[in-house]
Amino acid sequence: MIINKLSLLVGGEAGAGINRSGFLFAKICLRGGLNVFGANDYQSLIRGGHNFYTVRADDEEVYSQADTVDLIIALNKETILFHKTELVTGGAIIYDADKITITNQELGRDDIKLIHVPLRKIVKELQGPQIMENTVALGAAIALLDYDLEIMNKVLKDTFKPKTAELNINATKQGYTYAKQNYSDSFDYKLKTVKTTTKQKIFVTGNEAIGLAAINAGCKLYAAYPMTPATSILHFLASVDRQYNMIVIQTETEIAAINMVAGASYAGVRTMTATSGGGFCLMTEGLGMIGMTETSPVIVLVQRPGPSTGLPTYTAQGDLRFAIHASQGEFPRVVIAPGDVEECFYNTLEAFNLAEKFQIPAIIISDKYLAESNGTTQIYDQNRIGIDRGQLITDQYAGEEYKRHKFTENGISPRVLPGTKGAIVRTNADEHNELGYTTEDPMLSTKMTDKRFKKLDALTKELERYETVKLHGPKTADATIIGWGSTKGPIREAMKLLSKEGFKVNYLQIVYLTPFPVSKVQAILRSAKKTIVVENNRTSQLSSIIREHLLKTVDHKILKYDGRPFNPEALARSIKEVL
Amino acid sequence: MVTLDDLKTPKTNTWCPGCGNFGILMAFKKALIELGLQREDTVLVSGIGCHGKMVNYVNINGFHGIHGRVLPLATGINLSNPNLTVVGFAGDADQYNEGWGHFAHAIRQNIDMTLIVHDNMVLGLTTGQATSTSQQGFKSKSTPFGVIPPMLNPLAHALVSNGSFVARGFAGDMMHLKGLMVEAIKHRGFAFIDVFQPCVSFNYLNTYDWFSQRIYKLDEEGHDVTDRKKALEKSFEWGDKIPIGVFYNKERPTYQDSLPHVKDENLTKLSTKNVDVTSIIKEMM
Repeated sequence: MIINKLSLLVGGEAGAGINRSGFLFAKICLRGGLNVFGANDYQSLIRGGHNFYTVRADDEEVYSQADTVDLIIALNKETILFHKTELVTGGAIIYDADKITITNQELGRDDIKLIHVPLRKIVKELQGPQIMENTVALGAAIALLDYDLEIMNKVLKDTFKPKTAELNINATKQGYTYAKQNYSDSFDYKLKTVKTTTKQKIFVTGNEAIGLAAINAGCKLYAAYPMTPATSILHFLASVDRQYNMIVIQTETEIAAINMVAGASYAGVRTMTATSGGGFCLMTEGLGMIGMTETSPVIVLVQRPGPSTGLPTYTAQGDLRFAIHASQGEFPRVVIAPGDVEECFYNTLEAFNLAEKFQIPAIIISDKYLAESNGTTQIYDQNRIGIDRGQLITDQYAGEEYKRHKFTENGISPRVLPGTKGAIVRTNADEHNELGYTTEDPMLSTKMTDKRFKKLDALTKELERYETVKLHGPKTADATIIGWGSTKGPIREAMKLLSKEGFKVNYLQIVYLTPFPVSKVQAILRSAKKTIVVENNRTSQLSSIIREHLLKTVDHKILKYDGRPFNPEALARSIKEVL
Repeated sequence: MVTLDDLKTPKTNTWCPGCGNFGILMAFKKALIELGLQREDTVLVSGIGCHGKMVNYVNINGFHGIHGRVLPLATGINLSNPNLTVVGFAGDADQYNEGWGHFAHAIRQNIDMTLIVHDNMVLGLTTGQATSTSQQGFKSKSTPFGVIPPMLNPLAHALVSNGSFVARGFAGDMMHLKGLMVEAIKHRGFAFIDVFQPCVSFNYLNTYDWFSQRIYKLDEEGHDVTDRKKALEKSFEWGDKIPIGVFYNKERPTYQDSLPHVKDENLTKLSTKNVDVTSIIKEMM
């Protein structure tokens, strides 16, 4: 019997409530004190196709999906056909044999269990909508797993309106009873509630964490155009803006969005936009203007595979160089890559502070895998990072004529917001003098460029006290894995597996990609015996960045660029091959 | 009170002698004085082109943005701090070519700002190419055989996009233009003025004389500014007689009016401490 180690997959057509039922299942695991990771996989369509959601639940911490599946809820035949090989020996498939006929030949395996539950019939008897079949199946899953149905009822009550909740509670009960009566004790995997001593945790996506942090940071204007996989930030913020004195505006284009946040930042609010690669392409001219005018919006780039439209609903890390270099000309910026839902929150707060303090654009680079997967994390400490708006004069300005782009020792010109008595605030996308008037003077242009780059020095210094890199695992190891962003989860899972087999590896996670934390990376890599870069791209952009800054060639690269995240076991195998 | 002297800047003007921009600049300064607006409370946003230099010539708050993007930039400023009077200046290529995509949206959103387009029907700063308001057949460096498609009609577009204030001025009639600007800035909602601005260097066709011979004032004809259909009809008048003045003026709720939680709120005043998000976190449990 295997207790509290489960990988479950819900699959079906788009529109069948796959995401929702996977999420509900994850939530009941979370409420039972388990750690959960939930990931969705869907195609760029609204109906039909094949969608699935995987939930991994464990009494230990989990950082990613698993390579294999223990229990499948199949709402269509494709789910069985596509995922049967992922099923472990002794695994089971819950399905409706009245709806799905599957021959032994099609199944091709006799080491797994088929659990028929008359989903359609039950829903018909309850006179519920067809989409409720997934809740009936969840009830059956809970029965097979010997889990607590009461938790499910509570989650349903918290999720749905009373009438819908009641209908769903009945549906789960029917599924539960059917499975208990017909398949009692036929499944080796069990879930038990865990009495945790630690505080209740939360289950959150990367995008939600970023949105939540933006509110917490005092972001007052969010402007964006929908683009997968960044859209859920827009949805999230739009659903709560009225509670937080915020304006969330869907713009006509990404070009409008970036210019709008530039204007908002000039006016003096904290502001953010988010998009994916294609939208970021449209934003690049505006990004340069932000650099030139020393305004300070936060820009979230949620990557998906490219070039062009690529795989719209899948994941990749192909835009790192793009984020670092986007726009013509040269200007300082900060590029931050959170690796999990915890970092998504705290890094976003840091981004808002750094953007305003150094009057630069702050780019948070994430990807579909991080943005849309749910992870379990401690309840966020809402005051850990604090708010630092930099040098800002708010009430009244007096003294010499206010110079928005005043030359100072560290390049940072104290900010005064337009509307402040005694100050005229002028900025300019053209090269300008301290007052913001256009200039074409060669000396002044040089001086102004240098002024902006002095801020980079100041920023680099400030970042010394930030966790710009993280070393996971033992201080000394036989090999050092290097990565950035969402590969963190699978890498940490792979490390667990490798450590069980006696391999001694550690993992250098680079969180701040620009300015590159040269000395910190150097210090770690100096003692690294063997270096392995793991990335979701084709050209290993991180390797080239390390080479650029440290003149060091990494020993091995493990690259995946099929739109899917790394799976831990497969990654561990790839790492072993080069150890 | 703000005076012409207060609005002066140290920058040397680099527009061509006789440029229509001078009329627009003076009309704007006089409008600011007439309205009694404080320099600190007014923001001038400009795009790219000869008009863009407005930022250098009026000593008020200013943001000289990039080509075509005056409207979203100005929208961001206006939404963040509605206490600021935001006036956007754009060129015809700036707004009607590069920035055309923003035009209808800012108008239909009814952002509380003013947009003044310096419409010289040619690209000036890039030394004379056609724009979308260049007349059909207009020969320029980029169209040596004449412009092929018919010109855009910005006024009609503004009217069908539900514009709440739509007007046309002439740089050669500064006092009339000043009057339009005063009305536009006072207007609660999005006010749009297309200004005929003769380009003395690159538009040999649409000269001061050309305009003077054709234009007539709508208010002298008893035009009803609250009748959108009539306004639309007037916007199609082109040829021997071309109307200037207010085509349409009727207030409707602004974008901010539909945001009760931030209505008239200066959002820059709100963000000093971490905002408590406990209630959302609870839902994530």
